Amino acid sequence: MSQKMKDASIPTIPLKARFSRWFGRNLLRIYMIFGFTYLFIPVAYTFAFSFNDSGKSNLIWKGFTLDNWKNPCGAPEVCNALGNSIKIGLLATIFSTILGTMIAFAIGRYKFKGRSSSNLLIFLPMATPEIVLGASLLSLFLAFKINPGFWPTVIAHVVFCVSFVVVTVKARIASLDPRLEQAAMDLYANELETFRKVTLPLVAPGIAGAALLAFSLSFDDFIITNFNSGTLITFPKFVYVSAARGIPAQANVIGSAMFFLALAIVIAGQLVKRKKTR
Amino acid sequence: MSFPKVRVPYLLLLPGFAFLFTFFILPIINLAQTSTQTPVDGGDTGQYEQTLAFSNYIQAFVENKEQFGRSFLYASLATIFALAIAYPLAYAIAFKAGKFKNILLVLVVAPFFPSFLLRTVAWKQILGEEGFVVPGLRSLNIIGEQTTLTSTSIAVVAGMTYNFLPFMTLPLYASLERIDPRTIEAAGDLYANGITAFRRVTVPLSMPGVVAGTLLTFIPAAGDYVNAAILGSPNTKMIGNVIESRYFKIVDYPTAAALSFTLMVAILILVTLYIRKAGTEELV
Repeated sequence: MSQKMKDASIPTIPLKARFSRWFGRNLLRIYMIFGFTYLFIPVAYTFAFSFNDSGKSNLIWKGFTLDNWKNPCGAPEVCNALGNSIKIGLLATIFSTILGTMIAFAIGRYKFKGRSSSNLLIFLPMATPEIVLGASLLSLFLAFKINPGFWPTVIAHVVFCVSFVVVTVKARIASLDPRLEQAAMDLYANELETFRKVTLPLVAPGIAGAALLAFSLSFDDFIITNFNSGTLITFPKFVYVSAARGIPAQANVIGSAMFFLALAIVIAGQLVKRKKTR
Repeated sequence: MSFPKVRVPYLLLLPGFAFLFTFFILPIINLAQTSTQTPVDGGDTGQYEQTLAFSNYIQAFVENKEQFGRSFLYASLATIFALAIAYPLAYAIAFKAGKFKNILLVLVVAPFFPSFLLRTVAWKQILGEEGFVVPGLRSLNIIGEQTTLTSTSIAVVAGMTYNFLPFMTLPLYASLERIDPRTIEAAGDLYANGITAFRRVTVPLSMPGVVAGTLLTFIPAAGDYVNAAILGSPNTKMIGNVIESRYFKIVDYPTAAALSFTLMVAILILVTLYIRKAGTEELV
């Protein structure tokens, strides 16, 4: 700051040089403005067109209305698809969080034979493109004459969510101070009590974050879902299918609502964190 | 947990690994099997028998080498662009944002909360004939009357760049944020100017983030077909589009399986080489 004022008080620097200096100093700031504008263009567009009085196809601006927001189930297939996505997301989150947390504790807490190959097994699903995961699971289901649908989709989602849960929870476990657990043991807590009263509460934020991540991955997934859901319509699938003829404005309402909801959750999380660290 | 019992880790791993074995390893094995099958003589569509026809691979690759090439080209371009866009952004948030750090970080991720599909459709409409970009550029005579922005490879790469941006930004931020600013100050004390300090200190220290970010962008991008389907044209088809249509439209499971398997192996090889080269073992 003081540097800036010093510069401003030197009038001898020519304007052009001063400008290029200012530009150099604020380059990152200017870049940020462009960057964030770019990031928010589709969101702004989606939000704006959620107010479009568009009827069936939401391609051209026809006038402002609140009807879509008042009646988000006005296009019934949108709500049906949303319901399926939420159900699948919740189930996939529960299963993948439980399985992933257990794996994370095993890998993060113990030295055992086969630990590095375990790490590899966790890394592999993340290094496999979704289309391969989806296609291979579909092959398996077809080979066992299981029809694609609700449960195959849930299973498929758990497959790709588990690894992300493991990575997130493992990071949290690694950042714990081992002395806290030692202290509990010194105070005559047995292993189970230490785990329940000390370890688990400390790891809980990591588990919560992993669950949120799993839900958003599951909710947003299209490729794996498309392979394993058969005739079941999820929200992303609905958008994909109706993209050609223009999606109904209600889909924009749901997209925008998701945006604000997720924003609220993240900000609430930050506030809780800030309170705790204070 | 100072007295680890030998069996505990295995018990903890058991359910998750049983699940991954059944629904990840087994399907991959099954995929490999399917890839060498051939149609049953006189059978219905979709009926195949195991004949160990490895020629499926050659045929599948030769027929679709263009789409393979395109997948890797588009994915590489999208990764490079995403890195170019995300690095300064992550850098600014990590070092220059001060007390706005957390807010900006949330804002970087926030655009990705509305569905991936909605975002892509939004780009299609923004860049489409009825959007505001094309008529605007036309009236300024920047592009001709016939030029369109959608249905081009540029649109597909741009869509992929945008959609996978958070996978680049977050790991970059995580590794930049971990850098002790004193190391950069030390470089200054040793008479390095800003650019040298950045090049010799900041960039090397942020390499784990660069590696993780490029992988997390490249892998999904190479297998993606949504961007190509929504923003592209038949001329921008990627390998994902081929696999999808082989499964659902042509019901040619062996070719689809051979293509999927080839894609997976190609990516694994590239990833391994890349990690070796970049020298970071600790990825996850």
